[in-house]
Amino acid sequence: MAETPTVRVEEKLYQNRYLVDAGRPHIVVAPHEKPSKELLLLTKICPAHCYEVNGKGQVEVSPDGCLECGTCRVLAEGSGALTWTYPRGGYGVLFKFG
Amino acid sequence: MPAEKFDVIVVGAGPAGNSCAYTLAKRGLKVLQIERGEYPGSKNVQGAIMYANMLEKIIPDFRDDAPLERHLIEQRLWYMDDSSYTGVHYRSDDFNEEAPNRYTIIRAQFDKWFSKKVQQAGALLILETTVTDLCFSGGKVIGVKTDRAGGTILADVVVMAEGVNGVLGTKAGLRPRPKPDTVALAVKEMHFLPSDVIESRFNISGDEGVVIEAAGTITKGMTGTGFLYTNKESISIGIGCLVSDFAHTGKAPYELLEDFKKHPAVAPLIAGAEVKEYAAHLIPEGGYNAVPQLFGEGWVIVGDAGQFVNAVHREGSNLAMTTGRIAAEAIFQIKSRKDKFSAENLSIYQKMLEQSFVMKDLKKYKRLPDFMHGARDRLFGSYPELVSKAAQNWFRVDGKDKKSKEKEIVRSFVKARGVRGLASDAWKLARSWR
Repeated sequence: MAETPTVRVEEKLYQNRYLVDAGRPHIVVAPHEKPSKELLLLTKICPAHCYEVNGKGQVEVSPDGCLECGTCRVLAEGSGALTWTYPRGGYGVLFKFG
Repeated sequence: MPAEKFDVIVVGAGPAGNSCAYTLAKRGLKVLQIERGEYPGSKNVQGAIMYANMLEKIIPDFRDDAPLERHLIEQRLWYMDDSSYTGVHYRSDDFNEEAPNRYTIIRAQFDKWFSKKVQQAGALLILETTVTDLCFSGGKVIGVKTDRAGGTILADVVVMAEGVNGVLGTKAGLRPRPKPDTVALAVKEMHFLPSDVIESRFNISGDEGVVIEAAGTITKGMTGTGFLYTNKESISIGIGCLVSDFAHTGKAPYELLEDFKKHPAVAPLIAGAEVKEYAAHLIPEGGYNAVPQLFGEGWVIVGDAGQFVNAVHREGSNLAMTTGRIAAEAIFQIKSRKDKFSAENLSIYQKMLEQSFVMKDLKKYKRLPDFMHGARDRLFGSYPELVSKAAQNWFRVDGKDKKSKEKEIVRSFVKARGVRGLASDAWKLARSWR
């Protein structure tokens, strides 16, 4: 049922302010053949929809719209499926209201 | 980067970091505060309600210039199924007092204001700088490293006010990474409406405000709650559930929020609003049992980083401010007697916390997270529906006699859960509430 999302989260992200640190993603998914259960889960529950399955069936992250909540860190960093740091000072999401 | 040594380095400029830095700077200590955002608050997210008492203890005259939205005169607690809510509302004109007790705030603005106070008190603030590591010497924290050039900045003691998802403490092995069942993921939107529209929809005037906290089938069987807070010209609306429950169901948080916004009880309140921001944040929900080690050789932890949130009462920033202030008072005591910032000496922070409402409240509810988790299918699934049907049966006038209605209501609960199940849930709830 959840396969056809009723909301486009991209439209929500357009309302936000970001300063993207081009070429320096703060989240990096470890190379893999077959994605782990956690990585596949992130394609559904990441609140900014940063995770997606690519043509080869692997999970990719594009953290430009990241809200820096840390959900993916909590779920998947421990297994080594990804590395997680905060963006460099000043970069990333800039909440106007918070 | 400043080359000199500081008495204290505070990592983070949220309520905990600001309270700590302010209290220390006011007492004449040399404080450096480091914040990764463009301005204080630009990385921070909260519902947000601010409790006056805990800020008053730090800045007694904060009402003179703090950016406050509305003072709360009404609290609504809604237990919802898909088409209704059963609610408890408390409204009192007593809350229209000279020095109101609770306010809604907008965190980005509030944190900016608080940070200005910190700087006026004499602390040095560096922005747009991420602390990447703690520096150790002989097992003792002696300073921090940042992503700016200039190497290590030294201090006698480092205060980690880095928030729930702070990586510093974890990286240094001082506190565990938050676990999926001790943090909730909340998503929130800011809906803008003219103030007179908000006032008429919520039956308020002037700076009066209303909060709605909601639970039930809105979280689709997951442990969590929704909320709706009135600001001056906007409404903060959000919903959050335990990360472990999101992991279990694979539900998209933004779809949960969309469904909550479409609920027939909620939709009219936000109709026609312009959405200006979408945010997500983790909330520490593990309670007393999830509080990590709070102090060690040359370091202390304050605020969300220490899991200081009372999930039952939706209190967080007041615990953050209080732990920040208490940590500052502990540090000041040690500094005043020219003592070392050893783990042994810093343990007075823990002792002072135990005597405060912070630890007493967390201790009171230490069994609740387990109960909520164990009973989630019922609390956020079958019970809200049963309650709604019972209320509807009771209020609908249809020629059926009241005694039969009563019997039907009781039977519906017993059928769904059994007498023993109901008694067990009631007993467990009572026990975890003590």
